[in-house]
Amino acid sequence: MPETAPILAARLRNVNKSFGDGGSRLQVLKGVDLDVRCGDITMLVGPSGCGKTTLLSIIAGTLGCDEGSGEVTVFGQDLLGMSRGRTTKFRAQHIGFIFQSFNLIPTLSCVENVSVPLLIQGRPTRHAERRAREVLEQVGLGDRMKHRPGQLSGGQQQRVAIARALVHEPRLIICDEPTAALDAKNGTLVMDLFETVARSPDRAVLIVTHDNRIFPHANRIASMDDGQIVEMHDIDAGHPLPEHLRHGFHA
Amino acid sequence: MLRLALKMLFGDTAKFLMLVAGLVFATFLMAQQSAVFCGLMSWTTATLKNVPAPIWVVEARVEQVNETNPLLDTDVARVRSVDSVAWAAPIYSGILRVRLENGNFKIIQLIGIDATSFAGAPVRLKEGRIEDLRLPHAVIIDDLAVKRLASQRGGRVKVGDVFEINDQEARIVGIADTVQSFTGGPYVWTTYERALQYAPAQRKMLSAVIAAPRPGVSVAGCAEDIRRETKLAAFLNQGFQFGADQDFNTSTVWWYVRNTGIPFSFGITVAIGFIVGIAISCQTFYSFVLEHMKHLGALKAMGASTWTLCLMLLTQAFTVGLIGYGIGLFFTARFAFPALENEQPPFYMPEIVPPAVLGVILFICGISALLGIWRVARLEPAMVFRG
Ligand SMILES: Nc1ncnc2c1ncn2[C@@H]1O[C@H](COP(=O)(O)OP(=O)(O)O)[C@@H](O)[C@H]1O
Ligand SMILES: [Mg+2]
Repeated sequence: MPETAPILAARLRNVNKSFGDGGSRLQVLKGVDLDVRCGDITMLVGPSGCGKTTLLSIIAGTLGCDEGSGEVTVFGQDLLGMSRGRTTKFRAQHIGFIFQSFNLIPTLSCVENVSVPLLIQGRPTRHAERRAREVLEQVGLGDRMKHRPGQLSGGQQQRVAIARALVHEPRLIICDEPTAALDAKNGTLVMDLFETVARSPDRAVLIVTHDNRIFPHANRIASMDDGQIVEMHDIDAGHPLPEHLRHGFHA
Repeated sequence: MLRLALKMLFGDTAKFLMLVAGLVFATFLMAQQSAVFCGLMSWTTATLKNVPAPIWVVEARVEQVNETNPLLDTDVARVRSVDSVAWAAPIYSGILRVRLENGNFKIIQLIGIDATSFAGAPVRLKEGRIEDLRLPHAVIIDDLAVKRLASQRGGRVKVGDVFEINDQEARIVGIADTVQSFTGGPYVWTTYERALQYAPAQRKMLSAVIAAPRPGVSVAGCAEDIRRETKLAAFLNQGFQFGADQDFNTSTVWWYVRNTGIPFSFGITVAIGFIVGIAISCQTFYSFVLEHMKHLGALKAMGASTWTLCLMLLTQAFTVGLIGYGIGLFFTARFAFPALENEQPPFYMPEIVPPAVLGVILFICGISALLGIWRVARLEPAMVFRG
């Protein structure tokens, strides 16, 4: 059986990023090469401060990289050559976000929070809210539609955030430390749910984390250290999680 | 998105109420104080409204109606002799400190009018007849005088009652509806000759000559003729208007604006309204924006353009602006009705005041929104991943 090459969600070549200038210049990414494939849940792991969030931001199009970087292509579109306005539109169209601290708007109901990405795209409120209700059902919050985030537990809030990240059916979902604000039990529950609803053959999920408990949810793990990708592991039936990754990272 | 922006605004009840309260305060202070100021200014021209005549001729140096710089008795005839003048009549107008029979002193605004033509008689008589002013000791008083006399002697004061002005008898033959005077004294009409008896004797007593043009001659043209031929000052009496220098109302109001501290003190209050409004609004709105920075950042990361976020802030700011303005104007109206009813305190709101105050309020909101926009425009979407 001939193997078809998996579709690339993101392709990074020789990506450099530094902050500050002159004497206080700090090079955070040092020539990163990375492929993110559709259908995968890719985790970007590594010690705190090694540049995971920075790399994630560059792939999400919320941060530019240094002059002289090689390539940042997301779904075939060259982010390096894109204007700010175009990247903003691109994000609205193709990327779903999940943040560490949920970032739900406290004065809006769950339905309203979840409908935000569709409203940003300019969809009518009726349509957006109908779709938001569907996705809230999917994440098991059908009975919490009208609640405000403050009335929900942390795990429930992150499920609302998952619904928000999925509502516009983006092809790339970006998560930064999605379980860091949750306890072990809720973290696992949320990840189980997330894996069920988010994994899809034509969608890529990229998760930055240093929470080793959720590593088993990945089928690809990229280890970073000091601004570089140092290891790449495909996890499947034949390739279990390597021993040294089971213990996680400590700051 | 704009609907959500409003929900975010209304959801933050404390800040929302603070913003609205600040703008209500600013609206009320600015609208109410300018109306009281305009009311006070309109009181300065009360005599011109109570003593109707198209043209007022006064001594050449006189700039305002409450200033008396007497004319010569012969000046009435000189004005009459101007071709374009249809009629001219003498007016005595003086603020008198009069002694009433119980020994109390009161301020009155005494008006003496020509007994043959009754030119300058009250515009509206509520009781009595003008003609009765020809009877001995006859006077016409206004509502305010009725009220004051009644409170002084108890019981009701009516036509036919007698009181004293400076030891001389005054018999009420009519009650007039008048515009309240600047001094707060009531208006009392009598004949020109009798006014001279009531008033402490002076060498010259003719305060003004009122006149009207012949049919076919414009008021302004007639006034110009009078000015040229008599070398006296001749003003029109058409009501305050910007730029109408020939109008006695206009020139009286400007005289008070130039020569008294009234505009300054009202100006200070209006400025305080503005400053407090802008301070509360900017400060509250800015902290509202700061509080939502995290969420605005998330919206930006999720693909909301800076322009969309600006529209959201503008919608929020102008919404509180309109609500605050509406409530502020409502309070102003609540203040206005009793004031207009009692003619105290002065209240007159020119049509320009509500739109002008609205303009100022929207300006305040615009500035507040701009502060937020300035913060949001500098917001990096990547910030959303940082704690
Ligand atoms: N905007 C910034 N300005 C200056 N330094 C930054 C900025 N963002 C990140 N850094 C630095 O880059 C390094 C990597 O940060 P980050 O990508 O957040 O690491 P990680 O997510 O792996 O913990 C850190 O040393 C951090 O201090
Ligand atoms: Mg990080």
